[in-house]
Amino acid sequence: MELSRLQRRAENEWWIAPYGKMRVPAVIYASESLMREMDEKVYEQVTNVAMLPGIVKASYAMPDAHWGYGFPIGGVAAFDAEKGGVISAGGVGFDISCGVRTLLTSLSLAEISAKKDQLADALFHTIPAGVGSRGKLSLNEKEMNAMLTGGAKWAVGHGYGIREDLERVEEEGCIPAARPDEVSDRAKKRQREEMGTLGSGNHYLEVQHVAKIFDEKIAAAFELQQGDVVLSIHCGSRGLGHQIGTEFLTRMAAAAAQYGIELPDRDLACAPIYSPVGEAYLGAMRAAINCALANRQIITHLARQAFSEIFPKAELPLLYDVSHNTCKVEEHQLKGMPVRLFIHRKGATRAFGPGHPAVPEALRALGQPVLIGGTMGTASYVLSGTEKGMELAFGSACHGAGRSMSRHQALRQWRGSEVVQNLAGHGILIRSRSMRGIAEEAPGAYKDVSAVVEAADRAGLARTVARLEPVICIKG
Amino acid sequence: MQRGKIIESHWELLPHGADIGVRGIGGSKEEAFEQAAVALTAVITDPNSVAAKDEVEVTCDAHDDELLLVDWLNSLIYEMATRRMLFVRFEVHIEDHRLRAKAWGEAIDEHKHDFGVEVKGATCTELKVAQDQEGGWLAQCIVDV
Repeated sequence: MELSRLQRRAENEWWIAPYGKMRVPAVIYASESLMREMDEKVYEQVTNVAMLPGIVKASYAMPDAHWGYGFPIGGVAAFDAEKGGVISAGGVGFDISCGVRTLLTSLSLAEISAKKDQLADALFHTIPAGVGSRGKLSLNEKEMNAMLTGGAKWAVGHGYGIREDLERVEEEGCIPAARPDEVSDRAKKRQREEMGTLGSGNHYLEVQHVAKIFDEKIAAAFELQQGDVVLSIHCGSRGLGHQIGTEFLTRMAAAAAQYGIELPDRDLACAPIYSPVGEAYLGAMRAAINCALANRQIITHLARQAFSEIFPKAELPLLYDVSHNTCKVEEHQLKGMPVRLFIHRKGATRAFGPGHPAVPEALRALGQPVLIGGTMGTASYVLSGTEKGMELAFGSACHGAGRSMSRHQALRQWRGSEVVQNLAGHGILIRSRSMRGIAEEAPGAYKDVSAVVEAADRAGLARTVARLEPVICIKG
Repeated sequence: MQRGKIIESHWELLPHGADIGVRGIGGSKEEAFEQAAVALTAVITDPNSVAAKDEVEVTCDAHDDELLLVDWLNSLIYEMATRRMLFVRFEVHIEDHRLRAKAWGEAIDEHKHDFGVEVKGATCTELKVAQDQEGGWLAQCIVDV
């Protein structure tokens, strides 16, 4: 990105003052080197978002921001419904409530080393992953609606996981006011056999070890110690969320025209929050959030089953579960006054600071765990929300590394089998049904996740707690 | 406009940071739509590995040709996801932004098809359906993966 058009307000904070039809400024949080590498399209998209009705404070982009459709991936924007604020399907993304959850294992790297292959095989055979894979349960209409209303709570009620898990999931595992009746039959049909599946692309299940602790106090509260083994799951709302995103993008394009909302880009399609389409989307999107939460809960149960085959005594309590493609109603302080806002986070993680009532009681004094997924060859990170982050971007942080190379280019550069072999040399076991998928997801096709996390930390969006490195990766 | 020139229909994938673009080129709008659909399959797997065994009918309509392309690709994504099939051959008819098509393909077989990535949906980014000066048609957009 050409930096001369931006004003640098702090080491990791870049402002675009409102011009043209922008209603508020645009702010990008990133280091200078990340800014230079950042796609020019992010500039265009983050300023386009600043033109939408009812936007509050600013249109934000996180350090891992890249070219999305409508909103940038890594975009955060808040809207006030009382001031004509809008809701946008493109501001949430197709993979509604895609997110990361991390489980502790109470095992050390040394303890699992001898049985790594067996564990990899057990996980690979237990968890459906990849294009066209089917889940082990198929939901009828009644159960589908119950799942869309109940989320992870529904899953626990059906024997997938334990009650304690729910305390460690955003919204305690179930977002209220979901409207299964606003979810189309096509979306439900697409989901029928996809419960408990990982999906493909950048989705994965990883066994990781804690390679480095950055903040001893918070790490201790999160029960993370150097050398510990954890398990992380990255996936979303599967076909149901994709279909809802697809359908509402078109419905909102028509609604925007009807309400006289001028769209600088068709993918910014949106509708007033207080409109039939806006309310329908909110209800359907919340159902998709519950679907994603239920999906990760079922996969958690399957992962525990696989783990217990190899390590019968291991317990896998949940550290936390974050979603990074959502629109949620939250109360934030504006000029010292509490205001109810609709916060869009597209490829951005909620990162509530210390004392926030939404953070689980046991961790509340320290801030919300923020889980950042990396690539199968590099690292993932655990961060925690900060007080400053609440001010900077409504309590939001980055979500991952972000690609630096297209899939096509990656395919030309690497062969899947070589990537697998190379990672094996570094002690990382890969299990996947697709060698082409592995090549497309090669670690070299991604930006440096450490640079992204460092920028988020230095900007004050969140505090770095621990670095996790992969041991086993089940790829979709 | 030059007439009578033979446009060789083909498809291309467009590089895009996080996602991927599909582009169909053809002598007619219909051919461009058919080729864009082959490109869609190419995102998921090698189209040469897919046999045109079973036939599926698809219909859709939209306000304009560009949104029709998005709808067409989304209809195929839906059919692929719910039937667990891949398509490789297409026959498209378009009249007044209404599309009727037949798609031929086969069931997903992980032993036969080496998968890249599943497609979540078609977007309006880089969306274009247009005729060039030589009479050839182009149909393209970015798909979310």
